[in-house]
Amino acid sequence: MRTPPGLTEADFTRAIAEFKQAIGNEWVYTEDADLDLYRDAYSPLWGEPEEKITAAALAPQSVEEVQAVMKIANAYKVPIYPVSTGRNLGYGGSAPVLSGSVVLDLKRMNRIIEVNEANAFALVEPGVSYFDLYRYIQERGLKLWIDCPDPGWGSVIGNALDHGCGYTVNPYRDHFEAHCGMEVVLANGELVRTGMGALPNSETWQQYRWGYGPWVDGLFGQSNFGVVTKMGVWLYPAPEAYRSANVLVPRYNDIHKLVEITARMMYNGVLNTSTGLQSPMQFTISRDPELRERYERANDDDIRVLDERALSSNTAFWGSQFKFYGPKAIIDASWEYVKQQFAEIEGVRFQEQEYLNFPLTQEQILATQDENFLGIPSLSVFSLGARSNFNPTGSNGHLGFSPVIPMTGTAVLESQKVMAKVLRDMGATTVFNIFPQSYHQRTFVILVGFSVTRDIEANKRNREVYRELVKVAAEHGWAEYRTHTAFMDDCAATYSFNNNALLRLHETLKDAIDPNGIISAGRYGIWPKHLREGRNNG
Amino acid sequence: MAKVFVVVALLLSASPGLLAADAGNAEKGKPVFDLWCAPCHARDPRKHPGTVALQVLYKGAKPAALEDRTDLTPELVATFVRTGVSIMPFFRKTEINDEQLADLGAYLSQLKK
Repeated sequence: MRTPPGLTEADFTRAIAEFKQAIGNEWVYTEDADLDLYRDAYSPLWGEPEEKITAAALAPQSVEEVQAVMKIANAYKVPIYPVSTGRNLGYGGSAPVLSGSVVLDLKRMNRIIEVNEANAFALVEPGVSYFDLYRYIQERGLKLWIDCPDPGWGSVIGNALDHGCGYTVNPYRDHFEAHCGMEVVLANGELVRTGMGALPNSETWQQYRWGYGPWVDGLFGQSNFGVVTKMGVWLYPAPEAYRSANVLVPRYNDIHKLVEITARMMYNGVLNTSTGLQSPMQFTISRDPELRERYERANDDDIRVLDERALSSNTAFWGSQFKFYGPKAIIDASWEYVKQQFAEIEGVRFQEQEYLNFPLTQEQILATQDENFLGIPSLSVFSLGARSNFNPTGSNGHLGFSPVIPMTGTAVLESQKVMAKVLRDMGATTVFNIFPQSYHQRTFVILVGFSVTRDIEANKRNREVYRELVKVAAEHGWAEYRTHTAFMDDCAATYSFNNNALLRLHETLKDAIDPNGIISAGRYGIWPKHLREGRNNG
Repeated sequence: MAKVFVVVALLLSASPGLLAADAGNAEKGKPVFDLWCAPCHARDPRKHPGTVALQVLYKGAKPAALEDRTDLTPELVATFVRTGVSIMPFFRKTEINDEQLADLGAYLSQLKK
């Protein structure tokens, strides 16, 4: 039997026996073949001594069982690592940060406790996936949409806690922002309800999030302060229609106006969805060494040549996609207004894309550009790494470096130069582009994607590049909003204002709420007191 | 291709527990397929990257959709579910338990008849 760090085999054996008594023999896994299923399938540490493994896995089915497990773990100081559906691939999956922890697998807690159509919310347990919630709503014909990330097999609760995002409208697309009320089991087994849930028989737990007094929900996102066993999530009343279109601008320097106008309309509410910036010139530039050099240097002469190339091939230099959801009359008027705003850019073009009236048939769904834009969960995003005509060998997974940058053209251009230089200097090969997406309301996120392989040396090189990107981005004032478990210390270290005052505050809270340090040691860089000296992510 | 089958053979020999898939109920395996496999492996290649991947791998020598295959065995299905392949991860027993895995294996292997 594997034994967690810091425990004797005798103590762990006793703890396992008590876990079995609490949740049933069948739901306590200690055999290697079962525990290997908890490895992170997309681990950049795969097959190395530093790979994170689990010493045992526990799969309770109820809040009471979670409470019992936590009391036992707290008594024996067993390190526990809760996962919801365990499908946070690219961010660590179901493997712990502290190798040798015991995974608390909440997948069996998969009850959809309530979906309220009139007030547009759901109350769910952590094992409920986006697929589950979508199917529940469809089977009952409720006129509600979910907002889902891609892929859609992740947990509604887990994704919100990890600050995941989707693609429809505010406030639903920022999943932590769209949550309302939690139930949390603390390290000592105590049960807490936040917001209006603290009021016995509350009738507004999922409608008014602030409750009374300090709002503590934020403490349970990207942290290790408790085990969230229920969460409310706001749902989007099904819109009447959807339309999407591209705004295309011809010149290199048009990016500044393009982003400035986009940002203004996001802040004034005309645009309330995610948008993505692209360059239709990307492939031309990437295949031509001279143009690539000019693009990365970008002095006045370089820009003149790049513009000439774009104009002569009638290719826009930049494009941005806009999406509109709602009553037809309103989204049509919004698009007209958006076009008027961009008309000040000389040579701007508008390219209509989809116009959909809901509901859709299954055939119509299959024909859409991206069903995730319509709150329909899928696994289609795996086409990025799966074997395909563009990628005949496929990959073993992916991970992404995704810092938050300002929503300005200057920041986009600067971040591209900076990241490209790191990648070039280190001879790195990436798989995703680094153009920005507006995953959040007032910033862009740029994405640098890496393939995860079963080649240890390739993974080591990618980790070095990743760490350099973290460091260089931070020097420019940009940092990750979320990261893989292998890099949690690296990213936490960049949030270092005033001698790491924020991290020290997190540690103070950790010591107070979880004095034995049993929950998710190391998650998001927060280590319990007894492990702080040993910070090393391998 | 040969390499894939060598790996599969090794995995099977190393994991006898995976072979406990011979008593499945094909009828009960269909909803397991619909829930866990269809989002990647449904027949229509649109939105289903698993089907596209097998289309590219087999180049027409075998059907791209798992439900059109006539050569799958419960053992092979169990191996891929518990060990994963390429970008497809493995599945835990809290997601697909051994009984459901046997049902899934029965469903996908009985389609040959």
